[in-house]
Amino acid sequence: MHSATVKPSPAAKILWVAIAIVGAWCLGVVALRRGEPINAIWLVAAAIAIFVIGYRFYGKFVEHQVLQLDPSRAPPSVLRNDGLDYVPTDKWVVFGHHFAAIAGAGPLVGPVLAAQMGYLPGTLWILFGVVFAGAVQDFMILGLSLRRDGRSLGHMLREELGPLPGIVAMIGVLVLMMIVLAVLALVVVKALTHSPWGTFTVAMTIPIALLMGVYLRWLRPGRILEVSIIGLILLLLAIWAGRFVAESAALAPIFDLDAKALAWWLIGYGFCASVLPVWLLLAPRDYLSTFLKIGTIFLLALAIFLAAPMLQMPAVTKFIDGSGPVFQGNLFPFLFITIACGAVSGWHSIIASGTTPKLLANEGQARLVGYGGMLMEAFVAIMALVAAASLHPGVYFAMNAPGAIIGTTVEHAAQTISQWGFVVTPDELVRTAKDVGEQSILSRAGGAPTLAVGMAQLLHNILPGEGMMAFWYHYAILFEALFILTTVDAGTRVGRFMIQEIAGLIHKPLQATESWAGNLLATAICVALWGYFLYQGAVDPLGGINTLWPLFGIANQMLAAIALMLATVVVVKLKRERYVWVPGIPAIWLIVCTLAAGWDKLSGPISFTAAADKYAAALANGQMLAPAKTAAAMQQIITNNRVDMTMTAIFMALVVVMTLFCLNALVKAWRTNHPTANEEPYVALADVAH
Amino acid sequence: MQTARLCCGVPDYEVYVKHLREHHPERKVPSYAEFFRERQEARYKGGGGRCC
Repeated sequence: MHSATVKPSPAAKILWVAIAIVGAWCLGVVALRRGEPINAIWLVAAAIAIFVIGYRFYGKFVEHQVLQLDPSRAPPSVLRNDGLDYVPTDKWVVFGHHFAAIAGAGPLVGPVLAAQMGYLPGTLWILFGVVFAGAVQDFMILGLSLRRDGRSLGHMLREELGPLPGIVAMIGVLVLMMIVLAVLALVVVKALTHSPWGTFTVAMTIPIALLMGVYLRWLRPGRILEVSIIGLILLLLAIWAGRFVAESAALAPIFDLDAKALAWWLIGYGFCASVLPVWLLLAPRDYLSTFLKIGTIFLLALAIFLAAPMLQMPAVTKFIDGSGPVFQGNLFPFLFITIACGAVSGWHSIIASGTTPKLLANEGQARLVGYGGMLMEAFVAIMALVAAASLHPGVYFAMNAPGAIIGTTVEHAAQTISQWGFVVTPDELVRTAKDVGEQSILSRAGGAPTLAVGMAQLLHNILPGEGMMAFWYHYAILFEALFILTTVDAGTRVGRFMIQEIAGLIHKPLQATESWAGNLLATAICVALWGYFLYQGAVDPLGGINTLWPLFGIANQMLAAIALMLATVVVVKLKRERYVWVPGIPAIWLIVCTLAAGWDKLSGPISFTAAADKYAAALANGQMLAPAKTAAAMQQIITNNRVDMTMTAIFMALVVVMTLFCLNALVKAWRTNHPTANEEPYVALADVAH
Repeated sequence: MQTARLCCGVPDYEVYVKHLREHHPERKVPSYAEFFRERQEARYKGGGGRCC
């Protein structure tokens, strides 16, 4: 507790007051300036000031008062040091590892979709959501796991709440995982539809990864950096060669696929990749995507600082009323589930109770890694929002609105979008597509293409050159597709283990992960589960993302609510009731948001129910509604919407059941007059350190 | 360098060898290639995973 007792020097006080004033001023400009576009630097500066203040004050408060972390206490890495999983590691190394594990496509997609409401609502939710909910969740789960031998979230739920809540949460995580994989794969489908250049470069990553795998296994074992540099050079060559493939009359048609075909390719890829040995395809691809991800995030930050773009999107658009084309639904609750990763993401609770607590060398470093790591992710989300908001709003809506709303020709799209008040000409849409080397940019929802155009324009500003914009666009697409495919592969494996674990609860022999037949069966089930949702997205009348992203948001925030409820229960079990609001208020907020959004998706005009009924009524009258052309296709859309209804109902039921379990544990702990949490006993670091 | 390796799930080989020598002198010290393969397999054995 060294720093808590030291009084800050006058110079430090002046510095913090100065940061607070600068932050408040920047935020004031972002929030209040109307009518003229503002520069993105205001937004970035406001974010940095708020993050620094949140880290220094609220993060420290959580560390000392709520978690009461103690640098003199031996962490699991020291107590159980085995040189492999449990290793005391330098704090910056752990920080890098943790950040690489939590930052994925999520913080890049959600903010781009949310930009339809203007940049202000998304910005405010990211800034305040992360300080009071997201970073608190990551940090508290990390803190709890540190005191419990680095146990996983599921294990802690079983221990603190009982076996049944543990199983309920495990099923919730599995279903969430399937939705995550489907929606991420759909982002790739949307980006590659009828894009021979993009499809060729992404397809080339498979032979490149195989080559790297062989190199690492037999030629130069374990030389990760060396092989990653070779891989990167080959990837850049593939992007460069993609242009010639797209222009070639013979090759282009091979890589020119529609959404359905791409979905099938991805499903097949997911199955094959996840049964191959990891060293052959998954591991090398993982190395490439990890380095590329970190590198690209730095590149994006550099581009935003150097190009300092103006935000062309208004601060608030009329679509806060729920009539937006990108996703339907009012600002409350849909903004708060659309931006999950970046503000608060339940998935992080799995990472924060995974490898990270086994590596931290000291409890005093948990705030940097847990709280600080999440602030970094929020910063990535802010940059994605800036990239989207600095695009011409007409281009943004053309890229993100489904074909059912804006039509399939540039003339029709430009006319529709101009009527919304975002004046754009067909020429501008054609020119943007041509600049990035694509046939069309219409209805490419999913965040990746929008971010890619935004990034390409930013990078083109600082590194101009003939044809460079198309190169940067395909670089950005490749970067997102690469790590999404890695997630699909790794996620299918994790999902397979989870299916085997759940099956083992019913019938013990099914748990054997060494059995080939069992593995193939569990893999097939796992791929079929996410593959179904992916295919559904590919044939969806509203383009898929519009339908699946809310489902993903509800599921992810459900997990965040569960993690925060666990933290709330433990705080009470430790008899620190006066701080129950720290995890308690964000938990309640997330419960309210998930249930409200779930309800809107179950009944009312934007619900899956309404969509199913609309198609069912039309089918009964013998009518065909676009995009269905046959009765079978109509029936499929009806079934898909009914499945989505069921999923929503399952998520809502999970939230309600877990809330009841937690309330029960909470009341019990409140009535007990001594601490009842299952912490491991205190061991002084000085006694074990050698 | 260490961060880069750890991001890929490969911990420090030297640290592991030191740990083995100090605490388990009876066990055989694996070569770097063996160690690397074992870690590669272990990284994707369920659990953990990564974020969306």
